[in-house]
Amino acid sequence: MEKEKTDGSARRKFLKFGLLAGGATLAGLGIQQQLHADTIPPSGKKIKLMTADGKLVEVDTNHMHHHVAENAISNLQARQGIEGKKFVMVIDLARCANARNCVEGCQKMHHKKSPVEWIKVNKMQDARDSAPYWMAQPCFHCDNPPCTKVCPVDATFKRNDGVVLIDNERCIGCRFCMAACPYNARVFNWGANWGKGEDSTASPNACVTTCNDSIETSLQDKMGTVSKCDFCVDMARQSKLPDCVTSCPNGTLFFGDANEDVVTNGEDTFRLSELIRDRAGYRYLEELGTEPRVYYLPAVERQFPFEEDKEIHNPKE
Amino acid sequence: MIHQAEYHSLTEEEQRQHRREIRDVVLRPLRHTGLLGKLWIAGLIIVILIGCYAYYLQLRYGLKVTAMRDYASWGLYISNFVFFVAISLVGALISSVLRLTNFDWYRPITRIAEIIAVSAIIFAGLIIIIDMGRPDRVLNLFTHGRIQSPIVWDVIVVSTYLVTSVLFLYMPLLPGIALCRDQLTEKPKWQRWIYKVLALGWKGNHGQWKIMKRSIAIICILIIPLAISIHTVTAWLFATTLRPGWDSTNFGPYFVAGAFQAGTACVIIAMYAFRKAYGLQKYLTEVHFNQMGKLLVFLCLIYAYFNLNEYLVPAYKMRGAEGKLLNDLFTGHYAPLYWSVQVFGMALPALLLLWKKARRPLPLAIIALFVVVAAWFKRFLIVTPIMLHPYTTIQNVPPNWAVYFPSWVELAIVAASLAGVLLIITVFSKFFPIISIWETLENEGIELEELDNPTKAAS
Repeated sequence: MEKEKTDGSARRKFLKFGLLAGGATLAGLGIQQQLHADTIPPSGKKIKLMTADGKLVEVDTNHMHHHVAENAISNLQARQGIEGKKFVMVIDLARCANARNCVEGCQKMHHKKSPVEWIKVNKMQDARDSAPYWMAQPCFHCDNPPCTKVCPVDATFKRNDGVVLIDNERCIGCRFCMAACPYNARVFNWGANWGKGEDSTASPNACVTTCNDSIETSLQDKMGTVSKCDFCVDMARQSKLPDCVTSCPNGTLFFGDANEDVVTNGEDTFRLSELIRDRAGYRYLEELGTEPRVYYLPAVERQFPFEEDKEIHNPKE
Repeated sequence: MIHQAEYHSLTEEEQRQHRREIRDVVLRPLRHTGLLGKLWIAGLIIVILIGCYAYYLQLRYGLKVTAMRDYASWGLYISNFVFFVAISLVGALISSVLRLTNFDWYRPITRIAEIIAVSAIIFAGLIIIIDMGRPDRVLNLFTHGRIQSPIVWDVIVVSTYLVTSVLFLYMPLLPGIALCRDQLTEKPKWQRWIYKVLALGWKGNHGQWKIMKRSIAIICILIIPLAISIHTVTAWLFATTLRPGWDSTNFGPYFVAGAFQAGTACVIIAMYAFRKAYGLQKYLTEVHFNQMGKLLVFLCLIYAYFNLNEYLVPAYKMRGAEGKLLNDLFTGHYAPLYWSVQVFGMALPALLLLWKKARRPLPLAIIALFVVVAAWFKRFLIVTPIMLHPYTTIQNVPPNWAVYFPSWVELAIVAASLAGVLLIITVFSKFFPIISIWETLENEGIELEELDNPTKAAS
């Protein structure tokens, strides 16, 4: 009995010692690291920052550590949508000159490159003798979406704010939604890093798109799943416009909220109802009954004469 | 084959002789496999192995190894899937519709039709998984399945039809398995064990026959709505979309009609092959070929009627995008294939088979081969040209996105799936009698209980 007791206490002592030693080592390492951090040579560039208690401090840029704002969107939030919104787009065909900046802006924003286009600019001609015009075509985020209807696993879904998104972690790659979409708005990731563009950190939205990866950022486009235009809802959460809208030099694309009855291209802002009433707005292939959330304004009183495209786009895969 | 009266005029010894004869003929291919047979099986296995390698490449590098791209996002796999589902319907037609309508001549053919149905439906399921971009997530269909999606309907009916078809193959096979268990004593132990387990203790007594016949009668009725729904749902995979060319209310019956036609042609080819390879001239007679030829004419004419509705009615209107598609089929890029399929796979067979000489085994088998090949290409024409004729225009894409010609990987995988169907049928016929002895003999008016009880019959 006695012996056992001593044995037990000896073990306890040993454990205590071990814990102490281990803790000391860890602490030592920590201190060393701290010392080491202080030895990082300052860059000389100072940045003024406001601390939490309201003091203004100057910190050397090299001694700063970048922290991401923790506003990652959960899957449930991404499936519900932004409350009180009904996103809508208006595309003024009179302003489109086939600059294709929307295509490039979109590719940059979503780290894509040619030939993967989530927004397309097509040459249209409604009848043999009618005038041709350029037409930018994103996903129409239909209110009666043929794509979400057919999805066997609820990987693509319609949100309360009108946006149709894809959960690339759930998609099984059957491509039924692509067959069902009469506008060919959907693209498939045929291989690993399919059409993967640069992870452009130069973009002002770099952190938004890289740090808080969620269904809304549409950056999880894994091999063997479907992707498409997401109406840039991650930008909308920050009250910013989609990249296709801001990169158009002619202000062709307008983005807005049907509940507020307002659309803007960043410079001009209109009442949605007045704009589509006064300019005879229409929706593409209305007779299909898909109820698109993208309106077109006919190409009358054009700002640019129609010019044929001399360049061949996306010649290679 | 002899008639009932003839059989009963024989002495007991002669009757026994007659029963022994059919047993020997039917069991012969199970006892021996010739050199040609071995080469055939080896060839099929090689094709399957090449297909497995192709699928490995597809798993590793993604679907980019296929020729499918964003516009032609469905291709050969899907058309092959439709083909397999189509030919699997014939099991229900031959074994069930003909049974219920009191035809008798079909009896020696039922098992051939059923094994074609089972193997085709197995590969229909496999090919749809091969088509998936993420086969690793196939279980999402169960954990996140949406009953609103036609794909989920397809999963439900394909699996139900598979189970029902296997039962429909298995139950009438019980006396056959029991025969193998009792007669094939020279086979290795494991094979005999399998026969013993699968025979479910079949003794051929009155009660067992009663249960079996009752079960067959139930499945016989069950399988008809199932077979029709499996191919109707497959048609709905296309008809529920807004694509010009698929957006048709005619699609379900059009598919079912085409399925019966293609499946019947498959059975004719299989009948001819088994008759030749296994020496079954006595049981798969010219009468059977003649009847099957007549059935094929009838089914070709029904299919022609649906084609008329499917193509000529829209062609009368030539509306927008569908008009462009029809122009491309009738006079454009797909015209040579389209007209070959319609003429050699439907019109000409229906016409030629009106003559009795064309319904003899060899000419009929050749015509049936044309029908099957045309049916396979027809499924290709139902899928691909429609994908490449959307409402929108195809602009600013790499040249290979605007056309579709399958890559070698797709061709290898599809060839492997066809070889797989043939291999299942071949291997099955090496393990089990391909002719249903009791159904054939019952047709001759022979008592079933004495059939399975040689000792009792002898005493």
